[in-house]
Formats: sequence, C-alpha cells, structure tokens
Amino acid sequence: MKWLSRLFSLMLFSLISSFVVPVSANDGSLEQIIDGLKQKSFSAKTSTVEQLEMIADDRVYTIFSTMLEGDLYYQKKLPQAFVVANKTDNGLSVTDVLTGKFLGEIGKSEFKKVKVNNKLRRLLRSALAKLSLNNEDPEIRRAAVRNMFKNIDSETVALLQTRLAIETEDKVRDVIDVGIALVEFQSEDKQIKLKAVQTLGNSLEAEARNAILPLVAKGDDGRYLLEDRELRTAAIKAVARIDAKLQYNSWAETIYFGVSLGSVLLLAAIGLAITFGVMGVINMAHGELIMIGAYTTYVIQLLMPNNIEYSLLIAVPTAFLVAGLVGIAIERGVIRFLYGRPLETLLATFGISLILQQLVRTIFSPLNRSVETPQWMSGTFEVNAALALTYNRFYIIIFSLLVFAALLMILKKTSLGLHVRAVSQNRTMARAMGIRTGWVDAMTFGLGSGIAGIAGVALSQLTNVGPNMGQAYIIDSFMVVVFGGVGNLWGTLVAAMSLGVINKVLEPWAGAVLAKILVLVFIILFIQKKPRGLFPQRGRAAEH
Amino acid sequence: MENRSFIMSLLADDKTARWFLTTLLVLGIVVPFCNLVVPEGSVFHISTYMVTLLGKYLSYGLLAIALDLVWGYCGILSLGHAAFFALGGYAMGMYLMRQIGDRGVYGNPELPDFMVFLSWNELPWYWSGFDMFWFAMLMVMLIPGLLALVFGWLAFRSRVTGVYLSIITQALTFALLLAFFRNEMGFGGNNGLTDFKDILGFDLQADITRAGLFVATVLFLGLGYLVSKFIVSSKMGRVVVAIRDAEDRTRFVGYKVESFKLWIWVFSAMLAGIAGALYTPQVGIINPGEFSPLNSIELVVWVAVGGRGTLVGAVVGAVVVNFAKTFFTGFAPEIWLFFLGALFIFVTIFLPQGIVGLLKQLAENKAWGMKQKKTEELAS
Repeated sequence: MKWLSRLFSLMLFSLISSFVVPVSANDGSLEQIIDGLKQKSFSAKTSTVEQLEMIADDRVYTIFSTMLEGDLYYQKKLPQAFVVANKTDNGLSVTDVLTGKFLGEIGKSEFKKVKVNNKLRRLLRSALAKLSLNNEDPEIRRAAVRNMFKNIDSETVALLQTRLAIETEDKVRDVIDVGIALVEFQSEDKQIKLKAVQTLGNSLEAEARNAILPLVAKGDDGRYLLEDRELRTAAIKAVARIDAKLQYNSWAETIYFGVSLGSVLLLAAIGLAITFGVMGVINMAHGELIMIGAYTTYVIQLLMPNNIEYSLLIAVPTAFLVAGLVGIAIERGVIRFLYGRPLETLLATFGISLILQQLVRTIFSPLNRSVETPQWMSGTFEVNAALALTYNRFYIIIFSLLVFAALLMILKKTSLGLHVRAVSQNRTMARAMGIRTGWVDAMTFGLGSGIAGIAGVALSQLTNVGPNMGQAYIIDSFMVVVFGGVGNLWGTLVAAMSLGVINKVLEPWAGAVLAKILVLVFIILFIQKKPRGLFPQRGRAAEH
Repeated sequence: MENRSFIMSLLADDKTARWFLTTLLVLGIVVPFCNLVVPEGSVFHISTYMVTLLGKYLSYGLLAIALDLVWGYCGILSLGHAAFFALGGYAMGMYLMRQIGDRGVYGNPELPDFMVFLSWNELPWYWSGFDMFWFAMLMVMLIPGLLALVFGWLAFRSRVTGVYLSIITQALTFALLLAFFRNEMGFGGNNGLTDFKDILGFDLQADITRAGLFVATVLFLGLGYLVSKFIVSSKMGRVVVAIRDAEDRTRFVGYKVESFKLWIWVFSAMLAGIAGALYTPQVGIINPGEFSPLNSIELVVWVAVGGRGTLVGAVVGAVVVNFAKTFFTGFAPEIWLFFLGALFIFVTIFLPQGIVGLLKQLAENKAWGMKQKKTEELAS
C-alpha cells in the first residue's frame, strides 16, 4: 500500500511540474538513467534529473544533494561509475554513489566533475524538497515543509497541497497548513486572506508571526496603516493569540531550565547534606569529590572508547566507589581527629581540596578534558515550534530525583541509616547502645562522598571537566544546604529546586551574573530571618 | 596619657610585644636604609623588589591581625575577610586612578581609561571626591566599616553563629567577586584598577616612594597592633573573649553580646580596609580576584599557622606562609598547593595553637624545667 501511495504521489508531482516528462522514464533503472548526467549539455542533464526524480530509490536523494554541492564526479574510463568525492592532498577521497562502497584515494585526473548551472541548481533544490516531502519519516517531512517557509511561492504550494491530500500525520498536516496559509495570505481576495490570518494565528512558527506583523504596523502618527478594519482586527487578534502562546512557552522553558539547574544543585548539594547536615562535618573538599566523579567518567570513556553508549552506566557505580573510598580515606585519615571542632574541619578539608586539585592537575594536566555525551542523551524533544527541551537536562532531572529517593530510602529504611541517625542525634548514647560509631562515621562520610562522585558523572555531561570544576559548586552547594535547613533532606530538595528556578526567572531581566548576585544576597538576608534554614530541625536533633 | 602608659606597661610586661615592636622598628629603619643608602653592589643592599615584597607581606600581616581579632578573640570565623581588604584596596585604587589625570592611554583628564574604553561620558557619582586624598582615605575605612556594620548588624542580631556565619560571609565575598567582575559596576571589570602613576605627587615607580610606602606599612602595622592589643587587654576585650568561650553564658550574665560582636567586627573590617589601601599602591593593581573566597580562606590559614588569639602570631603566620608561597611558586609551582594543603591539615591536627603557641609552650616548659631544677637543687 505504502509503495503504491508513493508511486501515486510521484506521478502527481510529475504532472504538476511544468516540464514535459518522457513516459519512458519509469522504465529504466537508476543505473541506466544516471548515465545521462555525463552529457555536456545542461538541457540534457536537466531532463536526466527529471527522470531520476521519478525513481523510487533512496540513492537519488544522495545523488542530488552531492550534485548540488558540486561533489559528484564520474570516472572517465569506466562506463558506470559515479562517485562522491572530497578533495584531499593526494587527489580525491572517493565513495561510489550507487553501491556506497569506499574506493580510497584516487588521482584527480581519472575523474570528471558533473557540472551544474543555476537553472539546474534550482531544479535540484525543488526535487530534493519533493523527495524529502515524501520521505517515510514524518520528522523529515515536517522539517522539509518548514524549510520551504522562507521562500514559499505558488509552485511550492502546489507541492504542499498534493502532499496534504495524502498526508496522515497530524503534525505534518499542521505545518503544511501554515505553508499554504503563508501563500494564501498574499492573495488579493479578502476572504481567503482572512482565513489565512486565522490559520497563521494558530501557529507558533516564527514565519507566521512575521507575516502578519505588517498588517498591525502603525504609522508615525500612531494610526494603523491598514485601512481595512475587519482584516486589521483579525490580524491584531491573531498576533495577540500568538504572543500569548509564546509567553506561556517561554515560561515553560524558564521553569524547565530552572528545574534542571535545581537538579544540578540538588545533585551537588545532596552529598553535602549528608556530611554537613547529618554529621556536622564541613567538608570543603566536597567539590573535589564531585571532580573525582567527573574524572572517573573521563577515564572510563578512555578505557572503553567503542562503547560510549554504555560508559555512563558503568561510570555511575564506579564513580560512587572511587569517590566513596576517597571519602572514607579522608574521614579515617583526617576528620576523625577533629569531631566537635567544625571550624577546624573546615580548614583541614580545605587543605585536602587543594591537594586533590593539584593531584588531578599533575596527573591529567591543568587543561579541561572533554567527556563525550552518549547518543541517547543528546538531541532535543520538540514540544512545538517555540519550545524545544534538551534530553540531557531531562535525564539529569530524572537522575537527581532517583538519587534523592535512593538516599532517602537508605537513611530511613536500612540499618545503616538507623545507625547514622542515632549517631548524629546522640553520639555517646549510640555508642552505649553498642553502635560502632567510628565505623558509622566512616560509612556515612563514604556515602556522602560517593553521592558527590555520582553528581560528578552527571555534571560531566553538562560542563567542562577540569581541576577547578569542584570549586564552582562548593559555594552553591553550601547555600542550598543552609537555605534548606541543615540535617533535612527534603529541605535540600526544596531549596535546590527553588534556588534553581529563582535564578532562571531572574536571569532574563537581570543577566546571569546579576541574577546570581541577587540570589546570594537573598540567601544572606534569608539566613538573617531564619538562621536555621527553610525547614529547621526540631526536638532533640536540633540541640547540636 | 593613658595610652602612653599602656604602651609603657606593654613594653615592660609583655615579652612577645616587646620583641615584635622592636623587630618592626628595626625593619622600618634598616630596610629603607639598605635600599636607599647602601650601594647596589653591596651584600647588604636590599633591592626595591624585595622592599615591595616585604611591604606586601606586612600589609597582609595587618589583614591577619584584623582576622585574628574576630576569629582568635571573638570566635567568629569569617571566610570573607578579604572582601574588606579588597574594598579598602579599591578605594585606594580609585584615588590612584584619579591621580593619573590625562596621562592615561586615551588622555582623558577626567575619566579613567577603562571608562573611555566603555565609551562612558561622565564619571559615575560614586567616583566623585576620590581625587582628594583625605576623602579617599576616609572611604578606605568607611566603606568596609559600613558594609561590616550592615552585615554584622543583620547577622548578629538574628544570632547567626558558627558555621552558618562562616558560610554567609563566604557568600558575601563571592557576591562581591561576581559584582566587581561586571563592567557595568564602573570599577574596571575583569582588569580592575591598574597603571597607577603617582601618590600624593610622588612617582610610584621611584625607590624613595617605595621605601616610603614600606615605612608607612610598618607604621600602620605597629599602630594597628597597638590599638588591637589595647582593645583585647581592655575590659571590652575580656568580654569579647568571654563571648568566644561561652556566648550564652555571657548573654545571661547581662552583657549585650550583639553590640560587642558588632563593634569588634566593624573595627576589624576597617583594619582590613587599611591593609588593602597599603597593599594596592605597592602591588600596583587591584582586581576582582582579591575578592575570591580562596583568598579569604588562605588568610584564615595564615592566622591558624601563626597561632590565633595572639595578634603577633597572625603577623608571623602571614609573613611565613607568604614567604613560603613566593619561594615555592618560584621554583616549583606544582609543589606549592601540595604544601599549602598539607600545611592546613598539619596545623589543624597537630598545631592547634600555631607557631607562636608552640614557642610559648616550649618556653614555658623550659621555665618549668628550670624551676624544677632549682627546687631540686634547693632540696639537695
């Protein structure tokens, strides 16, 4: 069926195009017809292109686009050898167009270029447009239609109308409607024009809005230039409708960016919420543990260069282990001597952060390293013409919430979590009950550090991986924990998300730097009002 | 009169103070002498570079005293004290910028180069008055003092203490760092203020001016030390120490803890501002980097290394750590951060009282041993 409908549409196109097409075109195979491109005369080439267009073959698209680029050559001696070629130092690097086989580098003298003139180029472009309009993938069809918007005319509209007759996908039909309306809009007939304005008013395409705008333009005296009242009102309404929709979409986008920034903050801060919030240890090396996680990702990708797709899945547990072990080493080596002296811990862990930074600088060089993004994380999800959401941020939002939930489960449902809470509330009593507080301390710190490592894996997908990346997050992380209320994981979640959204809401009118300053000042003032954060601990736990 | 008697009694009773003030006096006389009078080939000649370097260390020393006042005596660990230092430095820098006059690259008599570059037409209102030395010097103390007053009033009144206070001071300096990086602020953005020509009519590049700035630094350091010593030995100082050791108890006894904290906090900020003002003309540049949280934390380390709650220790720490920094970054920059990091850990775990504390303890042990010996001798 599909094949039939395609053939049918091809036939229709041939009728619409203004050239007379030889009926014999459908008889020949691609291999035979393409030989016509070797002819010198441009009119002969033109008719060959028209014949090629009739063939239902995916290769035609490649042939046309390479021809348009001027990269199509043929081999002089062999009867049938059309190739795509890119110039290199030693001649041409050559791929056979028909078989897709790479033929290696061959001297330039053996080949002759298929030359094109302007008329032929125009023909090729419209042929390419037609071909992509009939592509199986609705996304490609849609993109093809949107590409036509810029220089749409009665000829392309004819293409669109035929496609509309057979198109089944709603989202493609919508853009075709817009395309047709863009042309009908130019019509002299007022009724048609009014209808076109209606259609355009429902679209979020930039071209639609741009087309209507001249109708609502005002002269120097502040009066509308357009005389026709009915048309003017319709246009004003249409523009208002578009603008309202654009407004919603830009709000949605801001919220999305805000939540995604919030989830980054959450990831960075949640490990700190454990070490700082639950244990009371001010770990200034927290940012460096994030850095270690990011570098672990980098190393894993170096070890498995052919499986980048799975590298993150392996990096997450590895980073957790590596950062966790480093954390335990820090706790056993330094911090355990300093319990009860929070300000001293701050200094000692800051020393550790300097050492870790320098260590990474010495091992990996001070330059930033690039971590690759797997295919499944890149790309965007297009909600509509005005709103596109990137996948990597989406995954990070999900990931941060998963990590949060996992951590909450560990603290609430496992025996380790019970011990952690017991030790944080009353160390001596916990010890009297037979809990090995030293071991619990090490495990808790390891847990917090491991989560920082996981955060590093996620951040490696968003920012540069370098020795200084940890420092960029340490202040923000502390702000989040303090703002949310020390020792309260839910507070950390709420604080991270609200700070993220506030930051992104302020950004458009204040600029990125000023927005950040305003947020910092806001937190400073907020701490004055509520010194224990959004959700202060109450009862026994608050006595620390 | 009372002040004088304070100095006399200090010199008579306090061995450390006597030793410290004598060293300063010797430095203040010998260094300029060896720089200006002793001929260049001589072994005793001190290069102008060295004079400037020493001057920089000593201005850091004054900054360290400022931090020691609030941290060592009042228990407020400020992680943003470099902000007050930098503000003082900027106030001085603004004066020096105005002194350039039409000798800048663009030759504009009114506007500093960077404003011409940003095509501004007139001086922002907050730059006016900085062409007068006395006004600039007033601002060196007033601006950090005012910021400290507002910040401290808000923070101490709502009883933000300990770690929370440390973190919001860090936020404060971070916010200022970001703000001063902005070109729109009118403080030269990324590049800061630099390319100074002269101060009070003296050429900044001349040896004599450098030596003069060094002597001024020594003077202010001595003065800052004396005033700080006076404060901590006064009744007020004792209350401040009481607040450090048991804030709630001091409050219950009936002292207005907030007022005492605020007072010493503002004084410390002004002292830091003066240190910044001494620093800028000697180094020849002030840029937003001075606001970076790392600087403030490094400052804390100086005090910790030297020994907090001793004032002299702060200066010793500042000079020793910075000397080590210059030394290490000179021949192996990679080692410096390893060394600094290890120093942080070592000092906090093994030397909670710092160098001065260690020396004091050694001296006490020795004295105790002598006494022990004496009693033994007497007994036998």
